[in-house]
Amino acid sequence: MRVGLTAVSAAILVLLAYFFVKLTIEAKPVFERFGVFGFVFDNNWDVSKGIYGALPLVVGTLVTAALALLIGVPVAVSVALFLTELCPRRLRGSLTVVVDLLAAVPSVVYGLWAFFFLIPKLKPAEQWFADAFHFIPFVATGNVAGPNYFIAGLILAIMILPIVSAISREVLSTVPPDQKEAALALGATRWEMIRMSMLPYARRGIVGGSMLGLGRAIGETIAVTIVIGDNPILGHSIFDQGYTLAAVIANEFNEAASDPIHRAALIGAGLVLFVLTLLVNSIARLMVLRSERQGAQPTVAAAGEGL
Amino acid sequence: MESASLPSPLPPVSARRRRADRLARSLLWTATGVAIVPLVLIVFYILSKGLGALSLEFFTTDPTGNFFGDQGGVKSAILGTIEIVGFAALVAVPLGVAVALYLTEYGGNGRLARSVRFFVDVMTGVPSIVFGLFIYLTLVLGGFGGSSFAGWKGSAALALLMLPIVTRSAEVVLQLVPNSLREAALALGAPRWKVTARVVLPSAASGIVTGSLLAIARAAGETAPLLFTATIVKATTFDLNEPMNSLPAQIFQDLKQPNDELVQRAWGAAVTLVAMILIVTLIAKLIQRRSRVQGAP
Repeated sequence: MRVGLTAVSAAILVLLAYFFVKLTIEAKPVFERFGVFGFVFDNNWDVSKGIYGALPLVVGTLVTAALALLIGVPVAVSVALFLTELCPRRLRGSLTVVVDLLAAVPSVVYGLWAFFFLIPKLKPAEQWFADAFHFIPFVATGNVAGPNYFIAGLILAIMILPIVSAISREVLSTVPPDQKEAALALGATRWEMIRMSMLPYARRGIVGGSMLGLGRAIGETIAVTIVIGDNPILGHSIFDQGYTLAAVIANEFNEAASDPIHRAALIGAGLVLFVLTLLVNSIARLMVLRSERQGAQPTVAAAGEGL
Repeated sequence: MESASLPSPLPPVSARRRRADRLARSLLWTATGVAIVPLVLIVFYILSKGLGALSLEFFTTDPTGNFFGDQGGVKSAILGTIEIVGFAALVAVPLGVAVALYLTEYGGNGRLARSVRFFVDVMTGVPSIVFGLFIYLTLVLGGFGGSSFAGWKGSAALALLMLPIVTRSAEVVLQLVPNSLREAALALGAPRWKVTARVVLPSAASGIVTGSLLAIARAAGETAPLLFTATIVKATTFDLNEPMNSLPAQIFQDLKQPNDELVQRAWGAAVTLVAMILIVTLIAKLIQRRSRVQGAP
């Protein structure tokens, strides 16, 4: 049994190594043609001319993920604080389940909903915002597109909410009660107690959880594919149509099967995506792990696994 | 509020601090409300749009592929999802549990165990579409098993996705099995493998089932890895070596069609998919709750 289990575990390592090597080999033609640097940072993705510079896709991925964090994390942390500190006990269980249920909705259903509900309903509001606040960077006057970076970021924010809030909740519950009681005993209001004794303690874990959410947002494919607008050109405003690495793979793969360079370009996009999520996730794990050690609670990193 | 209940009252909280407290509290209330709005809207929307699409024909006919006239139901997609996810679970659950058992029972903190743990974490973060690409490159392109696109290749992609989830959740519950149980069994003279198989595994069983069901729920909603492994077809098939339809893929294909009836079918399929996933999730949570009540891990 020992030998068998060890062999299975070692096989997982071999499989992952093969996975990485295989992707690299298959993406090689495009890296040879344009160079790794040229492929990632050239602002020109033109399939009909056979030019593959993935910058618009990389930027699209990062912009939508950043928007998701910007919108999603404050809400997620607030929900976690509310559930651990303010929520009436009777409500807590059911509210937790409701927030967790957000994770059970499949990505394609989010996309479907966003396409038929969010895009038409939010368009006037987006137009108003773009006209009124055109001085903010990355917001410009002019017609907002239906599908755009912002909608994609918003739907991603909803999708990462359960995982970020679950991890924040776990971390917040590891704050030692004496620390909270001490703050209250010194006359702090509930909010001052949260701000001064809970948030600093849980900060690293919350940041780690947000990074895990970021990893999720970067790799999310179908919902984004549906609402991003499929336009491989760098937008000037967050209300412009764009494209992401994952979406380009989902959309173009079938037509690319017969063109080796195009296929290699998409696999290269997958590789870039893999490296991005790997970076983000490694940082996240490290941070959650550290804050765990500080609180000596062993299950925080596992809290988000099922979501 | 808190200070009022103390026997020797502290100096009263200033109006500014009280205002800040009230503002922060109402912000937290609002944010929680805001977080629930999307879920309510989504549920309302898919029910109001999707329930109308459901009928006996919806569940018992295959998509016809016609643009006009009779478009058919989603029978092949429902059965395809069950087959693909079922086969993926059949592969991923035993493998995932085996890796978790290795990590808790044999690996300890050795170098192999640490690197396995690290790479399982890496796998959790890999975007599902990249797994799809990998399976396409290795199994579909090579024509492995005498077919190009096939249901079992979709299962393989989903299994890669499920494996780390199963392993991590199983590892957590296996660690919760008290060491005294293992020691007692060993002291009675049981060999190590028997302790693992007859003592450790059964006492962690409910937790492992919960984790596996959650992994299944997660995989059932995945679209991206199926698009170029199992693909989208019309006919029902029970042969895993043939291209196979699935609910998420069918929704993805229907929703951008300029035809209201096809869009309607997408909403109906969405209701069906969400209901299937919810059932699996609820069963998982019920098992979890029951084992907690009993006090077992």
